[in-house]
Amino acid sequence: MVPVSYYLILSGILFTIGTVGILVRRNALIIFMSIEVMLNAVNLTFLAAGRYLNSLDGQVIVFLVLTVAAAEVAVGLALIVAIFRSRGTTDVDEVNLLKW
Amino acid sequence: MDFVVPTVDLGSIAPALLVLATALLVLVGELFTAPGRKGALAVLALLGVAGAMAKSFLLWGQSQAAFSGMVALDNYGLFFGLIFLIALGMTVLLSVRYLGQMDMDHGEYYVLLLLAVFGMMLMASGTDLIVIFLGLEILSLALYVLAGFARTDLGAQEAALKYFLLGAFSSGFLLYGAALTYAATGTTNLARIVSFLAQAGVAGNPLLWIAVGLLIVGFGFKVATVPFQMWVPDVYQGAPTPVTAFMSVGAKAAGFAGFLRVFLYAFPALSVDWTWLLAALAVLTMTLGNVVAIAQGDIKRMLAYSSIAHAGYLLVAMASNSQAGVSAVLFYMVAYAFTNLGAFAVVVYLARQGQEALELSDYAGLGSRAPLVALAMTIFMVSLAGVPPTAGFVAKFYLFGAAVEAGLVWLAVVSVLNSVISAYYYLRLIVIMYMREPVPEAAPASTAPLVSVSLAIAATATLLLGLFPSALLALAQSTVGAIFKI
Repeated sequence: MVPVSYYLILSGILFTIGTVGILVRRNALIIFMSIEVMLNAVNLTFLAAGRYLNSLDGQVIVFLVLTVAAAEVAVGLALIVAIFRSRGTTDVDEVNLLKW
Repeated sequence: MDFVVPTVDLGSIAPALLVLATALLVLVGELFTAPGRKGALAVLALLGVAGAMAKSFLLWGQSQAAFSGMVALDNYGLFFGLIFLIALGMTVLLSVRYLGQMDMDHGEYYVLLLLAVFGMMLMASGTDLIVIFLGLEILSLALYVLAGFARTDLGAQEAALKYFLLGAFSSGFLLYGAALTYAATGTTNLARIVSFLAQAGVAGNPLLWIAVGLLIVGFGFKVATVPFQMWVPDVYQGAPTPVTAFMSVGAKAAGFAGFLRVFLYAFPALSVDWTWLLAALAVLTMTLGNVVAIAQGDIKRMLAYSSIAHAGYLLVAMASNSQAGVSAVLFYMVAYAFTNLGAFAVVVYLARQGQEALELSDYAGLGSRAPLVALAMTIFMVSLAGVPPTAGFVAKFYLFGAAVEAGLVWLAVVSVLNSVISAYYYLRLIVIMYMREPVPEAAPASTAPLVSVSLAIAATATLLLGLFPSALLALAQSTVGAIFKI
């Protein structure tokens, strides 16, 4: 059996990839995908920990996180589409009317 | 593995459920109201607010856990619930005329406001990291949409996108913190985390420190502390003004409600490690907020930086990690709610058809154009700066008092110095209103009875809380039992 620490390390790596993706990529859709990678890293942590602790909580929580992620997709994609329609770009560096 | 079906005790979250029911009712009612007559839905929303407030007062003083310890019915949650309801009620009053002026009079606006408050109340009464996360998501999703409610306006779109991307980013951190807490302690329930840490101790559990760090980042984004504050000015400037008012009070209060409960209640075992961190964040946050606010020429942006600075003051009380600190935060939140909503009410009051008074120069000569409005704005600015006899002064007094009591004298000194800096840009607006000649094209503001009502409420409350703070302080003190088991 694969030890639980491997899963935790993998989820840590995934979470870092997601974070770095958000910081370096400029396309709103790619940033959005990076957020999803982060959330799935969290899901992996919950699943691995739940299995290790022999508790169902972790697995139930994953359902809740998935639901929240789906709701976020609905709102997020709508916003990105609205931006694309009015500006013809999804590059976050070109969405810069507001600054001091 | 055992699976326990939770006992369903709807009565313990009745105020939140009333808000949710009102939201659904307004959603259905939207179908049956003709365009241009959406004001009726505002009345419905206000009725829901009144009902939830009454229910909160009826439940006051009770203390019990519900839904298998997922949420708690206690004074702490009810107190925050009342702050959210006040913010909601005032925001609805501000919105009716504004929505018509900006050509976005849709009933969904009120639905989203009510849903956001439902999430906030869940967050304030949640005693499980997952419930707190879900509450946060409910409120955030509603606010993302509200920020972009003027959906053809480029600024609003941009504000919504920035708010959404950074909000979802920060939720990821918060959730990862919850996941690592679960991995380290075997539970996401705050009470069981406390008993686990009391039994097993914190040594030899490195995941716990990472988890606490991630939770600080997650909550730090929501309450806008430096270095997680970069979204605030853009979002506050781009969002519709009543939504900005609502966010600056409601979302901040909800963030602090969760932040306080998680850290002071569940992680006192690690307090040596997080108190200095919060103290450092507090210094950075208030200094950056106040210094950058000086350079702003747009009033919404100025108030955004001012709200960052106020998050810094609130962190001071959190860092003091004491009963006095918690009651000071609660008092401060109420004072800040009335004052800040009032300040935004003035901005809404001066809005004209399709156009807003956002530049500081738009306020020139307001003292002679609209003396009462200028007087109200003066009260709010004086209160935000923390000058007696206003609520802001008393609130800051309790806040810094709590820091001194906890031995953080240096932090209190830094905060007072910061208040002095902030006085510069708050008082500058007063100078502009009274000393400068009005710009010629400034048309007189049209009448706005509902906005005037909310202005009067906010100004009266700001003064009353400054003159007679003891009743509210007693209420705030009666809530600390939820955090510190006496």
